Amino acid sequence: MADSKELQVKEKAKVPTTGEQTKPGLRFTPAVDIFETEKEITVLADMPGVKVNDLTIDLRDNVLTLEGDVAPFEGPDEKDVMIEFEVGKYWRQFTISEVIDQSKIDANLKNGVLRLRLPKVEKAQPRKITVKAA
Amino acid sequence: MPIIRWREPNYSGVVLDQLQKEMNKLFQDFFGESVYHYATRTSAAGVFPLINVTEDKEKIYVRAELPGINAEGLDITATGDSLSISGERKIVSEGDNVKYHRREREAGKFSRKFNLGKQIDSNKVEAKFIDGILTVVLPKSENSKPKQITINK
Repeated sequence: MADSKELQVKEKAKVPTTGEQTKPGLRFTPAVDIFETEKEITVLADMPGVKVNDLTIDLRDNVLTLEGDVAPFEGPDEKDVMIEFEVGKYWRQFTISEVIDQSKIDANLKNGVLRLRLPKVEKAQPRKITVKAA
Repeated sequence: MPIIRWREPNYSGVVLDQLQKEMNKLFQDFFGESVYHYATRTSAAGVFPLINVTEDKEKIYVRAELPGINAEGLDITATGDSLSISGERKIVSEGDNVKYHRREREAGKFSRKFNLGKQIDSNKVEAKFIDGILTVVLPKSENSKPKQITINK
């Protein structure tokens, strides 16, 4: 990368709510990269502040749901001086069109970025069937 | 609880401030206190990264969300009453054979310097970077700490 550009501020996008929420608190959609190779689909999601134990990844009926809780990190005696970003949960859902091998899914959370590997089910290998003579 | 916006000493947007105050009041009257609370929480400077500044009696805390950045790639400098955070977010190439469906995460350099409004003890500044969140803890200098004043009888 020869000429690296300056990062611009992006407001965290709130999750559009359909129906009423039962749990209080803000929900944001994490920014994601999704790419595909012949063998697998990879999802990268920015979820700063989410700890491994607070992350839920769910794949059922071709719907992938990412959900990350963020524990408030301010101390009890701290008073706000200037607040530019808000803290809340992360939530996002995708429909995956490929058949995924559930047993080989691999997730890794590092520096607030989730890397999720979804290997596709291997195509049935062509197999030659020999007919035995009776 | 009102949020006080930080600004440059030579800030000149007085008219905008007045407008913002009036708008906030309108929202507050109409929707109640809770909406007013969120309405005031907007990005002030518009420079990456967005920061939250809090304080207690002893220290000032500055936090920023910087997912996918290595701690080694961050440059933090504190002097007197200001703090600067700069670095670069790199996104490694995933190879030529990949097909992208979504590409929302961005790479690039960033640099932000701001005034803390109080003198700090720059020798005792600590920074930690956990789960993509940078926290800089800046102890206030003795002169900046609040003091209880007793009235002599």
